[in-house]
Amino acid sequence: MKFTASGRFFSAAACVMLALSAPALSYGADTIKFGIVGPHTGDLAPYGLPTVAAAQLVIDQYNAKGGIAGKKIEILKEDDVCKPEVATNSATKLVSSGAQIVLGGICSGATIAAMPIYKNAGILAMSPSATSDELTASGNYPNFFRTIAPNAMQSPAMVDFAVNKLGAKKIAVIHDKGDYGKPLAEAAKAEVEKGGKAQVVLFEGITPGAMDYSAIVQKIKESDADTVIYGGYHPEASKIVSIMKKKRVGAKFVSDDGVNGDAFIKVAGEDAEGVYAAGPQDNADNPLAKAAKEAHKKAFNSDPGMFFENAYAATMVMLNAVEKAGGSTKLEDLKKVLQSEKVDTPVGKISFDQKGDAIGVGFSMYVVEKGKYVVAK
Amino acid sequence: MAVFQELKKGVLISLWFVFLTFPVMVIKVDPIARTVTWRWMNALYMAVGTFIIYTLVQFFIKRRGRSKPASTQKEAGSSVIHRLLDNPRRRAMLFVVLAVAAIAFPQLLSSYQTNVMTTALMYVVLGLGLNIVVGLAGLLDLGFVAFYAVGAYTYALLNHHFGLGFWTILPVGGLLAACFGILLGFPVLRLRGDYLAIVTLGFGEIIRLVLENWGEFSKGPSGISNIARPSLFGMELDLHGSIVFNYYLMVLFVIFTIFVVNRLQNSRLGRAWIALREDEIACQAMGIDKHRTKLVAFSLGAFWAGLMGVVFAGKTTFVNPASFTFMESAIILAIVVLGGMGSIVGVILGALILILMPEYLRGLSQYRMLAFGAILVCMMIFRPQGLIANIRRTYVYKKTPNDAQAS
Amino acid sequence: MDYFIELLFSGLTRGSIYALIALGYTMVYGIIGLINFAHGEIYMIGAFTAFIVATVLSIYGFPLLAIVIIAGVAAVVWAASYGYTIEKIAYKPLRHAPRLSPLISAIGMSIFLQNYVLLAQTSDFLPFPRLIRDFPFMEPIAHIIGSTDLVILVTTVVVMVILTLIIKFSMIGKAMRATSQDRTMATLVGINVNRVISMTFIIGSSLAAIGGLLIASHIGQINFYIGFLAGIKAFTAAVLGGIGSVPGAVLGSMILGLTESFATGYVSSDYEDVFAFSLLVLILIFKPSGLLGKATNQKV
Repeated sequence: MKFTASGRFFSAAACVMLALSAPALSYGADTIKFGIVGPHTGDLAPYGLPTVAAAQLVIDQYNAKGGIAGKKIEILKEDDVCKPEVATNSATKLVSSGAQIVLGGICSGATIAAMPIYKNAGILAMSPSATSDELTASGNYPNFFRTIAPNAMQSPAMVDFAVNKLGAKKIAVIHDKGDYGKPLAEAAKAEVEKGGKAQVVLFEGITPGAMDYSAIVQKIKESDADTVIYGGYHPEASKIVSIMKKKRVGAKFVSDDGVNGDAFIKVAGEDAEGVYAAGPQDNADNPLAKAAKEAHKKAFNSDPGMFFENAYAATMVMLNAVEKAGGSTKLEDLKKVLQSEKVDTPVGKISFDQKGDAIGVGFSMYVVEKGKYVVAK
Repeated sequence: MAVFQELKKGVLISLWFVFLTFPVMVIKVDPIARTVTWRWMNALYMAVGTFIIYTLVQFFIKRRGRSKPASTQKEAGSSVIHRLLDNPRRRAMLFVVLAVAAIAFPQLLSSYQTNVMTTALMYVVLGLGLNIVVGLAGLLDLGFVAFYAVGAYTYALLNHHFGLGFWTILPVGGLLAACFGILLGFPVLRLRGDYLAIVTLGFGEIIRLVLENWGEFSKGPSGISNIARPSLFGMELDLHGSIVFNYYLMVLFVIFTIFVVNRLQNSRLGRAWIALREDEIACQAMGIDKHRTKLVAFSLGAFWAGLMGVVFAGKTTFVNPASFTFMESAIILAIVVLGGMGSIVGVILGALILILMPEYLRGLSQYRMLAFGAILVCMMIFRPQGLIANIRRTYVYKKTPNDAQAS
Repeated sequence: MDYFIELLFSGLTRGSIYALIALGYTMVYGIIGLINFAHGEIYMIGAFTAFIVATVLSIYGFPLLAIVIIAGVAAVVWAASYGYTIEKIAYKPLRHAPRLSPLISAIGMSIFLQNYVLLAQTSDFLPFPRLIRDFPFMEPIAHIIGSTDLVILVTTVVVMVILTLIIKFSMIGKAMRATSQDRTMATLVGINVNRVISMTFIIGSSLAAIGGLLIASHIGQINFYIGFLAGIKAFTAAVLGGIGSVPGAVLGSMILGLTESFATGYVSSDYEDVFAFSLLVLILIFKPSGLLGKATNQKV
C-alpha cells in the first residue's frame, strides 16, 4: 500500500483538524455569543487585532459582574484578512456557530461583502473602523452601525480646517489607494474645489508598504504646496512626515482619523510634532478613553493599537443595548436602544441615527504637541 | 552508542534553534516606555520543542528507510487512487460514492460548511485551469489571478451598469479573459522559464493596479457592491438557498471542467503541450506550431479563470482589487504543484486541502497561517512530486490481442 | 534642474536597497536555479533583529556608534543563520525534486516566517531607532540628498566592491562560479557543493540584512510585513538585469529604482509600479534573458 507514511500523516492531520473543529460545535446554550471579525493575520492584522483586545477588556468587565441577565458573554473570533471572499466565509461561520451580535468588520470592502449574510440572519453588526459611505447612506444594511464617522463627514472637517484655520492656498492631496484613504482623499479634493478658496495642486496615490517615499515628497515640494492632506493610515503617514522633515519640506500635514492615535506618535517620534489629524470630538481628555488605555496597558503590557477606542466604544454600546433590552439580542430591540439612548464611551457620548451612523462622533482637529495629540485651535 | 550520537546531535540542533530564535522569541522591547522584557521561558520551550520534533523526524526517516524496498516496488504499480481509477468497476463505485456525497453535502451540513466547500470547488476549477498552463504546457504563470479579476470585473461592471444577468455574462467573462490571455501570450512567447514567471507576475500586478487607480472605470479600491447572485431560471433565492445553489452550480462546473480537461489532455493538442513541456526544439522539429500551441494553452487557462471570476463575483456579491493580489496566484500555483503537476486528481486534492485547511485551522485562531506555512513546507519535503504524481500513459504490448487495449 | 537631481538621488537610494536584496536572489538562482521567495523575509528578520538589538542597547545606554556596529553585526549574523537554516530545512531535501517544488516550499517558508514574527513580536508598526544622525556637513544640500541617503549609497558601493572581490578572487568565490557553471563538474573537481550553496545563502542573507538595517533606519519604522513587497521588487530587479548575473542585479535594481522615482516625479505615483512592470516586460521582449543575462543556446 502506498498509504503507509503519507496516508497516516494525513489521517493524523484529519484527526487533528476534527479535534480542533470539535469545540466549535459544542457551545453552551446559555451564553451571549459575541462575534468579532477582522483581519487577525496578514498585512492588515495591525488594524484588526486591537479590536479583539478592546472587546476582550469590556467583556471581561461584564463577565466579572456576572454577565448580562445571568448570561456570560462568550467571544467568537473570526479572521477575515480584510478580503471580501474570506469575509463571507467568516460571516457564515459566525452565523452558523450562533453569534448573536458582531463587532466588525474592519475594512469597508470586507464588511460590505459580509453584511448581506448578517442582514439575512438578523444580526446586529457594528464596525469600529469601516468608513465607506455606502454602508449607511445606501440604506441597504439596516442592521449596520458604526462608531466611526463616515468619509462624508471627515473630509469636510479636514478641508475646512486646512483652508480656514491654517490658511492653506495650495493643497497637495495624497492617499494610499486603499478603500479607506482614497475615497476620503477624493472627497477632500472635491471639497477644496467646491470651496474655491484654495486649489489642489497635486492629487496622487502612493503604494502602501513601499520602502521609500522620497520621490513623492520631492514632488510635493516641486508642486509648491503649503499644505498636504493625507488620506490613509499611520504607517505611511509617518514615513512621509519623516521624509518631509529630512528633505526640509515645510508644508503642513493634515490627515485623518487613521493617523490620529498614539501609534502614529510612537512611530513617527519627533517628526510627528505639528501634524494635524482629524479625530472624534473631545477624545483627548475623555476619562473613559484614558481608563481604557490604562486597562489595556495592565492586561497586555503595551499601548493599544488602531481603532482601539472605537472598538471599545462599539463593544460598550452594543452590550449596553443588550443589557437594556433585558438580554435580548433581537435586532429590533437592540436598534431601539441604540437609537434612543446616549452612552458615555471613549469616543464621546454617542447614540445612533436611523442610518446607523453615530451621533456625537463629530470631528475635531488635533495637533501633535510635545508628543501628544491636543485639540488644535 | 548510535543512540548517544543521535541524542548529541538532537541537543546541538535544539541549541542552534534556541540561538536562532533568541532575539525574536526571547527579547521583547517597548521602544516608547523603554523597557525590555526577557522571556526566557520561550527559549526553554523552543529547546524542548525542537528536540521533540527532531527526534520524531529522525524516527520517521528511519522507518521510512526501512520500509523503502517494499514501498518502491509498489510505487511502480502507481498509487491507490490511480489503481482505483484504472479498474472500471471500482471506478464506477467511487464515482457513485462521490456523487452521493456531493449531493448530500449541503443537506447534511451547515451553510457555512457549504459555503467553504463552494470556495474550495472554485479553487479546484482554478487549479485545473492553471494546470493546463503550468502542468501540461510547462509555462510558469505567476499572474493567473489577473484573468480571475478580468472575469470578476466583467460581471461586476456589466451587471452594475447594464443589469445583465449571471448566465449572460458567464461566457462573456470567460471569453474576455481568454482574450487577455492571448494578449499577454503574444509578447511573452519568446520568454522561457523564470523570465516568463516574472512577466506574468508583473501582468497580474498591472491589472490589479489599473483596477485600483482607474476609479472612473472600476470604482477603485471601494469596489463594486450589490452584484446580483446567480438566478435559477429567474427565481430569486434567499441567502441559504443561494449558497446551496452556488454549491450545486460549482459541482456541475467541476464535473464539466474535469471532463473537458481530461479530454484535452488526451487530445492532439494536449499531447502537443506535454511534448512542448518536455522539449521545445524536438517539438518544433516534429512540426508542432510552438506559438499557436502556447497561445492556446494560455487562453484556455485564462478562460477557466474568467469563468470562475464571474462565479466569484456572483457568489460574494462584491468585488474590489484587494481580492486579486499576488498571494492569490501563489496559492493557486501551490494547489497545482502540491497536488501533482499535470494530474487532475492531484489538483483536485490539492485544492481541497489548501483551501479547506486554513478554514479548518480557524480553531488555531492566530496560529493558523503559521501552521499553514509550516504544513506547506512539510508537504513539499515529504512529497516533492506532489500528492498524486501524474502517471504518464504507458502502452504495454501484450501477446493476447484481447488484453492489448490500453484504456 | 534641482528637481531632476533630487529625483535621481531618490531613485539611486531606492535602487541601492533593491540591489542589496536582489543580489541574494540572483546568487541563489545562479547556484541552484531556485527563486527563493523567502528572501524578502530574511531581509525583514535582519531588520527586526537590528531593531531589537539596537533598542535594547539604547535602553542600556550604549553610545550611538557602538549601537550601530553591534546592531549591524547582529542583523548580519542572525539573517545569515536564518538563511543557512532555511536552506537546510526547506530547500536541501528538494534539490532533486521537480523544479517548482522548492518554489512552493519557499512560499510556505515565507508565510511561516511572517507569522512567526507576527506572533513572537507584534503586529504593530514599531519605531526604528535613528541610527544615522544628520551630518552637519550635509546641511547645505540636505534638501537634495539626505544623510541617510548618502550612507545608503556609500554602504551599497562598498558592499558591492567587497562582494565583487570575494566572487572574483577568493577560493569560495571561485568555487561559487564553478558551481553555478556546472554543478556536477564542480563536484568532480573536488568542490564541496553543499558548502558552496550554504555560503551563497549566508552571503545573500547578510546583504539583505544590511539592506534591511539601512532602509529601516531611513524610514524609521518596521513591521513583520515589510519583506513581502521589497522581495517582489528586488526579484523583479534581479530578473530585469538577467537573473544569475551579479552585475545584472545591480544594474537592474538601479534601473528599477530610477524608473519608479522618475515615473512618480514626472508622471504619477499612482502608476509607479505599472511603469516598473511595463519596463520589465519591454526589456524582456527585446532581451529575453535580461540585460546582462547570458542567452544560453539550448543544446539539442
